[in-house]
Amino acid sequence: MKYVDEYRDRKLADALRVKIDRLVTRPWVIMEVCGGQTHAIVRYGVDRMMPADGGRRVEIVHGPGCPVCVTPLEMIDQAHAIAGQPDVIFTSFGDMLRVPGSRVDLLILKSRGADVRIVYSPLDAVRIAKENPRRRVVFFGIGFETTAPANAMAVHLAREDGVRNFSMLASHVLVPPALQAILEAPENRVQGFLGPGHVCAVMGTSEYEVLCQSHRVPIVVAGFEPIDLLDALYSLLRQLEEGRAELENPYTRIVARDGNLPARALIENVFEVTDRKWRGIGSIPASGLKLRPEYRDHDAQHLFDVSAIATEENATCISGLILRGLRKPHDCPAFGRQCTPEAPLGATMVSSEGACAAHYLYRQGAGAATGAA
Amino acid sequence: MPFVSTGSAIPSCPAPIGATGEVLLGHGSGGKLTAQLIERRILPAFQNAALAALDDQAIVPFLGPRLAFTTDSYVVTPIFFPGGDIGELAVNGTVNDLAMGGAAPLYLSLAFILEEGFPLADLDRVIASIRRSAERAGVAIVTGDTKVVDRGKGDKIFINTAGVGIPMQGTRLGSSEVKPGDAILLSGTIGDHGVAILSVREGLELEGDVRSDTAPLHGLTKAMLAASRDIHAMRDPTRGGLAATLVEIASRRRLGIEVDEASIPMRDGVKGACEILGLDPLLLANEGKLVAFVPEESAGRVLEAMRRDPLGRDAARIGRVTAERPGTVVLSTRLGRERIVDLPAGAQLPRIC
Repeated sequence: MKYVDEYRDRKLADALRVKIDRLVTRPWVIMEVCGGQTHAIVRYGVDRMMPADGGRRVEIVHGPGCPVCVTPLEMIDQAHAIAGQPDVIFTSFGDMLRVPGSRVDLLILKSRGADVRIVYSPLDAVRIAKENPRRRVVFFGIGFETTAPANAMAVHLAREDGVRNFSMLASHVLVPPALQAILEAPENRVQGFLGPGHVCAVMGTSEYEVLCQSHRVPIVVAGFEPIDLLDALYSLLRQLEEGRAELENPYTRIVARDGNLPARALIENVFEVTDRKWRGIGSIPASGLKLRPEYRDHDAQHLFDVSAIATEENATCISGLILRGLRKPHDCPAFGRQCTPEAPLGATMVSSEGACAAHYLYRQGAGAATGAA
Repeated sequence: MPFVSTGSAIPSCPAPIGATGEVLLGHGSGGKLTAQLIERRILPAFQNAALAALDDQAIVPFLGPRLAFTTDSYVVTPIFFPGGDIGELAVNGTVNDLAMGGAAPLYLSLAFILEEGFPLADLDRVIASIRRSAERAGVAIVTGDTKVVDRGKGDKIFINTAGVGIPMQGTRLGSSEVKPGDAILLSGTIGDHGVAILSVREGLELEGDVRSDTAPLHGLTKAMLAASRDIHAMRDPTRGGLAATLVEIASRRRLGIEVDEASIPMRDGVKGACEILGLDPLLLANEGKLVAFVPEESAGRVLEAMRRDPLGRDAARIGRVTAERPGTVVLSTRLGRERIVDLPAGAQLPRIC
C-alpha cells in the first residue's frame, strides 16, 4: 500500500539497524510517549533491533502515552454513573468500553440495559443527539492533543446548532507537562524522548523546543512506521552520543513547526488548561484541558453533578511505575498471571495501546516468563 | 393475532388484517397467516418434492457410508451489506462448513426467527437471495421452520441453517490430522467481509470498494482434493479471522505454527481501513476463504489447483506447521522480526488514535 509499505521496508530497516549499531558506544534509556508508537515498536520488534550487548544497551521504555491508560479511575466511575442513567445515550471511542472502573465496565453496563454506543468521531455523537432530542447524549471526551480538535469541534457545533441535549465528559491530557514531570522526578532514568508525531501534528514543536533547552534533553519527533521510528531513534542516539540536546523533526511529511493552526485555535476557543490527575502518576499541574465556562451547558461534569465520585487505585498494580518508565511490564509479578487483558488489574493492561497489553499481545504474557520474550 | 376495530358504535366481531407490509405476530401463530407466509413467499422459492410435501421432516435419498452434518445461526447486522446479505451468508456459511470436511453439500434446512414488524419486502429479498445462493451452490432446501417474536425481542431476522453432505471417498480431514511439516495454504485475501460489514455498520465512508467475499467453497475444495486426497485439514476463517483459526489449531493440537506476514494476501482497501481504525486484519472475519494444512510433498499441486479456481485465484502459501514452540502461532513481520499472534479478550475494539 502506497505511503505505508515503503516505511516498512526490510532493507531500509536493516540498514538503519546497522547504522545505529555502529553509532552507539554507551547504554541509553529512551522513552516514547504515544500509544501508537508503543504498539508499532513492540509489534515490529523495533526495540529488539537496538544494541543489547553489555556496555551499550539501548533501552526503550514506554511512557504515559496511552490516553485510556492515564484516565483516572474516578473519571471512569463518573462516566459509569452517567451511562447508567435511563435517559442517557452514552457514546465513546471503542477503547474506553472495556476499561474497568471500580465495579463494572461500559460493556457490562450495556448488557444490563444502558444505551452505550461506540462512535468513531465525536461529531457522530452530536448527530445521535440531533436524532434523539428527548435523550441526553454524552460523549466521553478523552485523549491527548490529538483528539482535542475533533472534540472541541463537536462541542462548538453543538452550541452553534443549538443541540442542547449533547454534552461532553471531558478529561483531556497534555503531553509536555507529563514529560516535564517525568524529567523532574528524582528517580528519573530517561535521557531522550521520541516525540509524539500526531500530537505534534496538531500542536507543532515549539513546546518541545522549550523542554529541550530547559532540561537539556534531546527530543526527536517520530512517526508510527518502523522506518520512521528507526530513523528517529538514529537521530536521537546521535544527539546523545554527541552530547547535544535539541529538538529535531525528521517526520516533516506530517509535522509542521507551528502544527495545525486552525485546530489549535479551536482547542483554545473551547477548552482551557487545568490541573489533571493522571492514573498511576498523580496530579500534574496545568496538564489537562477542561471545557471553558462558556460551554457549561455542554459540560457533563456540570450537568450530571458527578464530581463527588472519588476512587482510589488498586495498590498491587505497578502501572504507575511502568507509565513513568521505571519498570517494564515483565517486571511485574502479576503480569500474564493475575493480570491479563481478560482480567486487567491496571490501566496499562486494559487498553490495546497500553504497554502491558502490547507486550502481552505480541510477546505472550505467560510465555514471556519462560523466555519467549 | 392482531385485530382491527370497525370504528362504528355498534359492537362487532373484529376481523383480522389480511395483508400488511410487515411481519405480524400472527405470521408465527400457526394459523392462516403462517400458512400464507410459507405457501406464498417461501415454498415458491425452493421447489422440490421433499419440501413440497410439507411434512414434519424431509425424507431424502442418501448414498454413502459417511455423512457430514453441520448447523449454524446467522444474526448479522446490517442484514444487507456490500457484496451480500444475511440470506447468502446462511447458505454459503453452512455449505462451507460441510466443504471444509471434504463433503459435497446436498441438503439444507432453513429456519427463520422473524421480529414482529420486519418488512415483508425485506423478507422477500432475503428469500430470493437464499434461492440464488442455493442454486449457485447446488444444494436443495428440504425442510424449514418459521417463528415470529415480539417487536424488540429479536433483531429483524435471524436464520438458522443445518446441512448434510457426503464426504469425498478416500479423504480424512480434521484438525487432528495436522502434522509438523505441513504447509499452510490460504485461498485468497483476508478481511474483506469484516471491513465490508464495518463500513456499513459504523457508517464509515471508506475509500475503495471493499465487498464481502461470501461464496460457496465446495467447488474449490473439490478441486483441491482432486489434486491430492491427503490434505490434512481445511478451515474457513470466519469469526475471529485467520488468527482464531491458526491459534485454535496450534493450541488444541499442541503444535507450533509459523506464518510469514508478507505472504498473506490483502486488498488495499482492507489494509487502509485497518490502518485508519487500528484493527488487526488477522482478526477480521472472512466468508469465502479457506486455510488448508497440506503435507509438504502435495502442497505445490494443491496450490496450483487452488489458483486455477476463480475462488482461489489469489491463493498463497503463508506458512508451515512445526513441532517447536507448541501451542504458539508466530508471525514473522515484514522487518524479519517475530511476533506472537493471540486472540483479543473480547470483541476487537477500535483504537483511539
